[in-house]
Order: sequence, then C-alpha cells, then structure tokens
Amino acid sequence: MTQLALVIDLNVCVGCHACVTSCKEWNTSGWAGPLTDYNPYESSPRGTFFNRVQTFEVGTFPNAETIHFPKSCLHCEEPPCVPVCPTGASYKRPDNGVVLVDYEKCIGCKYCSWACPYGARELDEQQKVMKKCTLCIDRISDETLPERDRKPACVLACPTNARLFGDIHDPDSEVSVAIRERGGYQLMPEWGTKPANHYLPRRRTQFHIRPDELTRVDNPWRKEDITPYTGEETIDDMAWVGS
Amino acid sequence: MHPALSVILLTTAIGAGQGLFLAMITGQLYAIAHFLPVQEGQFYAFGSLLALAFLLAGLGASFFHLGHPERAWRAIAMWRTSWLSREVIVLPLVMALAFVYGVAHAFSWTRPLFQIGDALQVDLTLLLGISGTVATLALFVCTAMIYAAVRFLQEWHTPLTVSNFLFLGTASGFMLAAAYSAYLGNPLVTFYGTWAVILTAIGSISRFMHLRRNDRLKPKSTLQTAIGIRHTQIVQKAQGATGGSFNTREFFHGRDQRLVQVSRYVYLTLILPIPVLLIGLSYVITSPRLPIVAFCLQFLGLMIERWAFFAEARHPQNLYYQSVS
Repeated sequence: MTQLALVIDLNVCVGCHACVTSCKEWNTSGWAGPLTDYNPYESSPRGTFFNRVQTFEVGTFPNAETIHFPKSCLHCEEPPCVPVCPTGASYKRPDNGVVLVDYEKCIGCKYCSWACPYGARELDEQQKVMKKCTLCIDRISDETLPERDRKPACVLACPTNARLFGDIHDPDSEVSVAIRERGGYQLMPEWGTKPANHYLPRRRTQFHIRPDELTRVDNPWRKEDITPYTGEETIDDMAWVGS
Repeated sequence: MHPALSVILLTTAIGAGQGLFLAMITGQLYAIAHFLPVQEGQFYAFGSLLALAFLLAGLGASFFHLGHPERAWRAIAMWRTSWLSREVIVLPLVMALAFVYGVAHAFSWTRPLFQIGDALQVDLTLLLGISGTVATLALFVCTAMIYAAVRFLQEWHTPLTVSNFLFLGTASGFMLAAAYSAYLGNPLVTFYGTWAVILTAIGSISRFMHLRRNDRLKPKSTLQTAIGIRHTQIVQKAQGATGGSFNTREFFHGRDQRLVQVSRYVYLTLILPIPVLLIGLSYVITSPRLPIVAFCLQFLGLMIERWAFFAEARHPQNLYYQSVS
C-alpha cells in the first residue's frame, strides 16, 4: 500500500516561508480553496493556512540555536481525526494514504480538530468547513502534468530542498532512504497516531577555526593606514568612470 | 480549550431534561411499588413535556455550534466509530420517547397489556418508561464519551467525565422535578428533593475526584516530543503568523488562569451546598418557591462547571502555539 508523505529536513530549513506562500497560492485557487484571509493589512490579520513555519529557540543565549519548524497535516497512518467525524467527511484515501476532508459533507462541528493533537486542522471562517493540508492531491494525482511536477507546491517551492516527498512504504523511495539513513522521526510518537510525515534531525556541524584566523591580519596588498596615495588613477577610481 | 456557549447550553440543558424524564419514570415506578401515592396522568405528562422542552432547547443550542447546521442530518452516518454520531441518533430517540411517554399519560393509555407475576401489570407507559430510561442513560454515555474519548485531552480522557455528566445531569433533573412538584403544590417535592440532594452529593464527589485527578495530571506531550528535539530549554519565538488563527482561538480559553481557579469554588458552592440548604429550608417552611430557586442556582452552577470543564482542558496542539509574534 502506498503512503505518501513529506519528509522535512530541519537541518536545512531556513524559515523563509516559501512553502507557506506557495501552499497558500496553489490551494487558495484550487480544489481546496479558498483559504480566506481576514484583515490582511490591519493590526490583527488572520486566515486559514495548511502549512505554517514556527520558530523555536533551543538552549540559552549564547549557546542557542534557532529551529525553523514547518508543520502541516502529518497524514497519520492511524488518523485520530477520521473515526470521530460524525458525517464521514474526514477520510483517508485508501490508495495513497492522504487524509482529506469532503467539504460537501463537513458540518463544521470542529470535533476532528479537537481530536488532532497536532493542531493541523483549521476551520475556514468563510466557508465554515474544516480545512487542512491535502498534500496538493489535485496536483500529485494529475496525470496530465509531467512527472517532475507531480509534487506538492511546498516541495517544489523550497529553495533549500528541505522538503522531500514520496511513498514511505516503498523502502527504496527517496523519503524512505532519508528516514532510514538520517534518523527521521515522527512528532508526538506517544499517541500512537503514526504520522506519515517525518522530520530529519539537525546534525552537529564542526566549525574549525585555526588560532591564526582569530587575529586580524592586515591586507598584505594594501596597508590601510599608510597607503601612499598621490593622486594617480587607482582601481577605486575606475569604478566611477563613466558615471 | 475555548468554552463555546452552544456546547455549554447543550450539555447542561439536555442533562436537566434527561434527569427530569428519569425523575418522572422513577416517580411512576415508586408509585407502582406502592412507595408513593399514584399521581394523575397529567403530572407525568406535563413533567415529560417539560423534559422535552429542555431537550429541545439543548438541541437548538447545538445548532449554533455548527458551521453548516443545514447539513446536521448527515451527522448520523458514522455511528460505528463516532460518539458524536451516536449522540445525534440517541438524542432524538430520547426526545421521541419523552414525548410519547407524556402523551400516553395525558391520554391515560394505561390499560394493562399483560401481567408479570401476581401484581405487576405492564401497560404502555411502563414499557415506554423502561425504554426511555435505557435511552436516557445511553444518551448520557454518548454525550460524555464525545469528550472522554479524545485521548489527547488528558483532562477529559477518564471515566470520571462520564460519571460527572451522568450524576450532575440526573441531579439537576431531579432538582427540576422537585421545583416542578413544588410549583404544583404536589407532595412529591420531598421525594424528588431528597433524591436530588443524594444525586448532587454523588455528582459533586465525582467532580471533586475529577478535579483532584486533573490537578495531579502530568502532560504526556511536551515541547520535546512535539518538535522532536531533546533539549530541556525550548522557547517558541514565532508561530508563522503575526495575528491569531483558528488554533489560537479554538484551543485557548483566553481568560486569566485565576478565573478558572475561582470558578471552581463558585460552581462547587452553587452545585452542592446552596441547593441543599434551600431544599432543606423548603421542607421546613413548606415553600413552593425555594426548590425553583434551588434548581435555577444549581443550573447556573452547572453551566459554570461546564465552562470550567472546557477551560481546564489543555490541548497538546497548544505546544505549537505558545506565543503570537
């Protein structure tokens, strides 16, 4: 059985929010949209997002690290949001494991959002139905697109390639290899929801500094304080030529 | 969690309605067993119609909770897995039984259908009463299990949630039955009042144990398990939005933590000591009004109790939404 998922590499996520904006752009105008925004240019803007990047500071200054943490629906293998839905609007696709909401059936009772420990579901204020990441289901299952474009918008937009997409049940897929070889883990494993999305941990990086690099060495080509400048044409002057 | 007025009204109103319906049936059973004088059919009829009014009020309030109330009929689909679906099925069933039970008494459809043993003559009202009792108890379980079944909300995930809903709801219904009898000048007010006091005491003990349990609760999820980073010092700096969101509105009660603490003393007082004193006093001075006041104050207490029930539940998703910036 296929279980599509995202694998997010925290080691390279720089918190640029490109995944957030591309997700919003693609989905607000597509099958799952609109993802309404209220007061976008005022003091308390609010709106519906499928994907948010949160920022945590780990450790205490000066030994602190900033972790940018993108989070969307994790497409759990045991999704707690599905059995609680009274109308059957919340369902897990049997063919690829994507958890979806049927907006025509949703009554907006919010029970699924209570049952999700990750806060991945958001009630759309305008449509009054529950919305969540669809893994860009309209895009990944569109056979008319070229193979390389059949990926979620966030994955295609990520400039640092921090997001991988694939089938975690296929042991040879890019995501399975990444999980296996780089210690991919799940969020809140204590609840037994078995999230399909995994995270790759940050890796310890060694930064070697040689002692002689700690003291400033003057530019051997240009002694700053004693340059004998006598009015002849220099490279600095060349830059102004023609202006 | 954010306490929604619609859900507070739903659970307290149907609790009182169910309790009153049970009180009517209990009164009839006691009368059959000759522990109490037999009442006229009108007494049970108006009582169960009053119960129906409370159930209808609760149902009406529940519609305000839905984004699409016009699709509410769809909610019966997933009865195999969803307690909410089960509640949506059982609530109209209880309402129908309360209605038919009242009608059967109003029109005195009490001709015995068959006889068990030497003395017990089974008529339509008795059959409806027994089915009504089963359905009402099932509804208490369904309503409470909607909350108790969410295992991430550790404050709710306990059998004490079910016993609170059951006993506090029944207590409020018997208190309502006492108020109803007092209003009519019916001697059953002592019977219902005494049961109301007993059930209130059991409900209060259950709620007290629930509070004690929750005070000692250790959250299963921490920031460490939430983002999978093993470090003791983690502080959230931003949540990806400069304003609020569904997540910040739905899962935070938005009030001072002290208010939740104070509300505990307020509702515990309003639920137990005050109504008990008023009921006791009404016996002494045979007042027709004090039981009504007792019911109203206890109902107010139960609404505050339900508010606190929501406010004290800490959803693990809040770990991801600790500061708006």
